[in-house]
Amino acid sequence: MAPNSPFINFPNSTVHSSQVPITPLESWLPMASRAAPPPLPRRPPPRVLLLRHPHHFSLLDRPLPDGFRFLKPWESPLPLDGFLSSAEARSAEAILTSARAPVTADLLRRLPEVRLVISTSAGHNHIDLAECRRRGIAVAGAGDTKSEEVADLAVGLLIDVLRKVSASDRYVRRGLWSSEGEFALGSKLGGKRVGIVGLGRIGLEVAKRLEAFGCAISYNSRKKKPHISYPFYSNVHELATNCDVLVICCGLNEQTHHMINREVLLALGKEGVIVNIGRGPIINEKEMVQLLVQGELGGAGLDVFEKEPYVPEELLGLDNVVLSPHAAVLTPETVSNLCDLIIGNLEAFFSNKPLLSPVLDE
Amino acid sequence: MDSIGVLMACPMNAYLEQELEKRFRLFRFWQVPQKPQFLKEHAASIRAVVGSSVAGADAELIEALPRLEIVSSFSVGLDKIDLGKCREKGIRVTNTPDVLTEDVADLAIGLCLAVLRRICASDKYVRSGKWKKGDFRLTTKFTGKTVGIIGLGRIGTAIAKRAEAFNCPISYNSRTEKPDCKYKYYPSVVELASNCHILIVACPLTPETRHIINREVIDALGPKGVLINIGRGPHVDEPELVSALVEGRLGGAGLDVYEHEPEVPEELFGLENVVLLPHVGSGTVETRNAMADLVLGNLEAHFTNKPLLTPVV
Repeated sequence: MAPNSPFINFPNSTVHSSQVPITPLESWLPMASRAAPPPLPRRPPPRVLLLRHPHHFSLLDRPLPDGFRFLKPWESPLPLDGFLSSAEARSAEAILTSARAPVTADLLRRLPEVRLVISTSAGHNHIDLAECRRRGIAVAGAGDTKSEEVADLAVGLLIDVLRKVSASDRYVRRGLWSSEGEFALGSKLGGKRVGIVGLGRIGLEVAKRLEAFGCAISYNSRKKKPHISYPFYSNVHELATNCDVLVICCGLNEQTHHMINREVLLALGKEGVIVNIGRGPIINEKEMVQLLVQGELGGAGLDVFEKEPYVPEELLGLDNVVLSPHAAVLTPETVSNLCDLIIGNLEAFFSNKPLLSPVLDE
Repeated sequence: MDSIGVLMACPMNAYLEQELEKRFRLFRFWQVPQKPQFLKEHAASIRAVVGSSVAGADAELIEALPRLEIVSSFSVGLDKIDLGKCREKGIRVTNTPDVLTEDVADLAIGLCLAVLRRICASDKYVRSGKWKKGDFRLTTKFTGKTVGIIGLGRIGTAIAKRAEAFNCPISYNSRTEKPDCKYKYYPSVVELASNCHILIVACPLTPETRHIINREVIDALGPKGVLINIGRGPHVDEPELVSALVEGRLGGAGLDVYEHEPEVPEELFGLENVVLLPHVGSGTVETRNAMADLVLGNLEAHFTNKPLLTPVV
């Protein structure tokens, strides 16, 4: 074969060079001179304890991902407590949980192999983060998957309360528009001063939406946020004094528990409206209910309550309140994104890559 | 001015009524037992009609009021006024634009959220105690959904601005394509409906736009599509809409207006993918007061020979 010929003489055929896939130089070297590839990790699939039935997957009829061994307490004849003491449970390297199944220090103590906790919840008040930190356990959350959806519901609830959407819909369905005439007038959203409590991912999405309706945004957060031009109030009472609407977007922790109390709500005023898409216990529910019943607070849009699924009876008869069954995240798009995120986090962690949605201490 | 006769076509606002009573000789048309008799007696003193979206001034009424000079509508919509007749007779017409734009746009988005996220249905779920037995089902995300707007006037533009804050891609249909508009234009309503998830009616009611939402458009919108009507009831072929919703051929609807208000098709009462409002698009204390002030301001201007505030004719 002539030198520089495009043809390469292979043992069993002659092949034009354009048909040969380009391979790295090292592979042309004799075998002995090449660096040996790293040995494939031979390990059993990581064991993941499911504290609750993985309803995000079952809601969409999605199978759990391959490559993991899922430990399912409900399939064991033992009660949960007994199961947690079993060798099988104690082999768990990761826990997948949701807002309804707390990851306590006690639980972590019983499962010494756990190195990762994944929660499907936007909030993480149900995880003992301090204990996780102490034990070097990584924690992953829902990341950004829920922010838009939660913000959408916050706006929807606010419009409903101010414009009496649910109340008028009930009025029409009872035939009262024909027989009684016009329903009561609502209150204009544009120009309302809206105070966001907690300007995290969700709070920012709420702010962005409400600005388009002509609302004036201000906020309270643990710390003033740099690069944010909305007016900051260092305490919630001052925020309420200067707003017509409060939207609760913060997480639940020791400081925020019952942070919204009678004083704050009175500062919001008789025409004031509160929207809660955070956690029930951020508001002193008993005090809020009393003020609503007495007409000292204008209205409320609530997706969360102190003792879900129980809603204070007194609220059930009020027209200036809109009640939502903790539905801030209940659309197929978001549930699917959440499943992808859970799988992504598991795969990342167990191939020593960074988590997709680590829960950082803010 | 209290000798100037003003005929109020229907009840519409207590504050407006009060003020008209103070400033003019007010006749309440809805309280008149025999309209022909009344008109014979009082037509000569009536120089103004105040109408609304419910009742205005049709050809018959205009003919019966030979001294009519101005029709001032407590609405932005003019479909209850015979504009041609007014022009012919040199009768001035005013409406209430701008002051209600935001409220109507707010409600359009409120309806989108209420329908897609089942806010009213879930509120009912909680009130009935069903939450104690189990969670509500999955609903549909609003953020990012394609929104198609029919009529890109003041209200349509305000709706688009709000929907954009939810990252919704916006497209529209209008009588003519708007120059320098960043939204996608579709030359027909059917094409618009085929290419959006949520279709919002925001155009004026004219003979051309009557039943602009017909069977073809509803089919194009489809079983996952949602119709929002904050325009006028007759924009929609109501029986077609009702059967499409009942049969599941249309995904959902948020309605503030109907063909025969205050009658609302009862077949819709049992559907959870529908939200039914009693024509409250401009229904806030703030806006109704502003509308009333515009009506009064226009009448005042006319009867003191000053330029009208918001003339249409």
